[in-house]
Amino acid sequence: MAFFLNLVVTGVVVGSVYALVAMGFVLIFKASRVVNFAQGEFLMVGAYVCLSFLVWLAFPYPAAVLGTLVFAVLLALLVERVILRPMIGEPILSVVMVTLGLASVLRAAVQSVYGTDIRAFPEFFTGEPFRLGGVAVTPAYAGSFVAVLVLMGLLSLFFKYSKAGVAMRATAFDQQVALSMGISVKRMFALAWAIAAMVSVVGGIFLGNMRGGVDGSLAFIGLKVIPVVILGGLDSLAGAFVGGLLVGVLENLAGGYLDPYVGGGAKEVAPFVLLILILMVRPYGLFGTEEIERV
Amino acid sequence: MTTARCGDFRVSYESDSRIFASPVGRVACALFLLLAALAPLAASSYQIDLMSRIGIAVIGAVGLNILTGFAGQISLGHAGFLAVGAYTGARLTALGLPVVVTIPGAGLAAAAVGMVFGIPSLRLKGLYLAMATLAAHFIIEFVVIRWRSVTGGTDGIVVDTATLFGFEFDSAAKVFYLILVIAVVAVLFARNLFRTRVGRAFVAIRDRDISAEVMGIPLFRYKLLAFGVSSFYAGVAGAHLAHQAGIITPENFPITVAIDYLAMIIIGGLGSVLGSVLGAAFMTLVPDLLRIVATALSGSFPALIGLIVSLREAVFGLLIIFFLVFEPDGMAARWRTIKAYWKLWPFSY
Repeated sequence: MAFFLNLVVTGVVVGSVYALVAMGFVLIFKASRVVNFAQGEFLMVGAYVCLSFLVWLAFPYPAAVLGTLVFAVLLALLVERVILRPMIGEPILSVVMVTLGLASVLRAAVQSVYGTDIRAFPEFFTGEPFRLGGVAVTPAYAGSFVAVLVLMGLLSLFFKYSKAGVAMRATAFDQQVALSMGISVKRMFALAWAIAAMVSVVGGIFLGNMRGGVDGSLAFIGLKVIPVVILGGLDSLAGAFVGGLLVGVLENLAGGYLDPYVGGGAKEVAPFVLLILILMVRPYGLFGTEEIERV
Repeated sequence: MTTARCGDFRVSYESDSRIFASPVGRVACALFLLLAALAPLAASSYQIDLMSRIGIAVIGAVGLNILTGFAGQISLGHAGFLAVGAYTGARLTALGLPVVVTIPGAGLAAAAVGMVFGIPSLRLKGLYLAMATLAAHFIIEFVVIRWRSVTGGTDGIVVDTATLFGFEFDSAAKVFYLILVIAVVAVLFARNLFRTRVGRAFVAIRDRDISAEVMGIPLFRYKLLAFGVSSFYAGVAGAHLAHQAGIITPENFPITVAIDYLAMIIIGGLGSVLGSVLGAAFMTLVPDLLRIVATALSGSFPALIGLIVSLREAVFGLLIIFFLVFEPDGMAARWRTIKAYWKLWPFSY
């Protein structure tokens, strides 16, 4: 039982980071119908940039995080303007490929600056692990989980009450109507990318904290986010949250219980088996909008 | 000397669907093949290796273009299908079977797997299909790593020499001839496919699937067929890869290989057989050219050698972005433009 609880708790915590990154993914998709396969690379870049602020420039933690956020926004705006804007109206394959190309450029950039070795990540949440209902929880895990919840709360408030948030929702709902109401759709696309990049780099910083180190494998989180968003529904922020937690728990349980039988690797493949099953049964996910085609 | 006239003068359906639009094209093709066939006599082993890799890439890229460029179904799972073909080919060769059995066998195995993962394509389109095939890749990769008794797990397996009725393909040049012959067959088959009912059905599905169904094309059957044909090509390419490399491990087939192939057909030109050939050759040559340039410059910039891997990835990504933004129809379209320019030269107005 303790083993099961342990798996669930770690799953929920890691899943909360998935949820955060998935929200960025969904935001971009909702706003501009672009699937960003470079989301994981944004996360990785965020972790490394934060690391450089902390180690090379010896910034205090809050300043480093702030600096990373500013960097993420600038990078996202550049990417949106230079690469994604010309892709408006192009077929889906082109959009998918352009983000894959971007992913490869970002990976190469990180690799050429930092190399391929694992680098230790300074811890923000220090202290002894504490026990919660029979499960040992490290401060990094607990702190990240709480921070993710707070962030998500802030984001949902932003979308509900702020003028920009309402404008973004309007754009996602109907671009033509949004335009005629005086909303700059272009600016909303840019805003979506900026927010998505910010939540991804925050996810990267948390993951760096949880793992205690960063390396190129961080980018694979971007691929894991795909089962999450499909499970939750591609255009649902609530779905991203629920999907993230579910996938986090599922992969941990699969890893814990199936690995002894198959000899490892079940954790990596389980989310993708789930992905195929969902696509066959309910392609629009738990909370997504069902697309109905009429002739 | 034959010249092409400055305009489209096709007056019959027959001339419209001809494989070679002019005798010049036919002669050029024949000359190119003759050159390729004679090349191993003069080439170094490195050059033969490079040409073999181009040939394999051509087979795989033409196959992917049938699925993605002509039938409009995105696949991120082609590295997986390639792996299925490579392992099947290697296992069949180990049984002592000749290439006339092993290569079609590898293709059929890959086609079967490809069709299973193509089933979701009935309900899914575009984006969702990309994700389903991505999942297919990871599931195949998992099976390849874990099914130790057949695939040798992460250690991989050594591939025996290919044989054909007692003749052994035991040198790089002989394997190259094998690849060359199959690549020519593959390209010709693809070129012919789009003059048939099936090929035209693929194009109709790509352009508008609902209209295609209304016109009497059974969507499910043709989509599955597209997946089957395309993964058959991938399997054949995989089998050659196995023979050419001599040893195969799961590391030969990461997800980046699938992306590489997509990049080939995008840079070459979606929905163009010539484009797949150009793209495959280009994308295979680029990393090697980069390495040569980097080595040449390493005298003045010693740091460059350490950066080759990331340099390759960066150039690869930039190429994809550059082509998608500036030439979405790829090198094939560029080639058509160049030809059209010379047709009217020097009076281009």
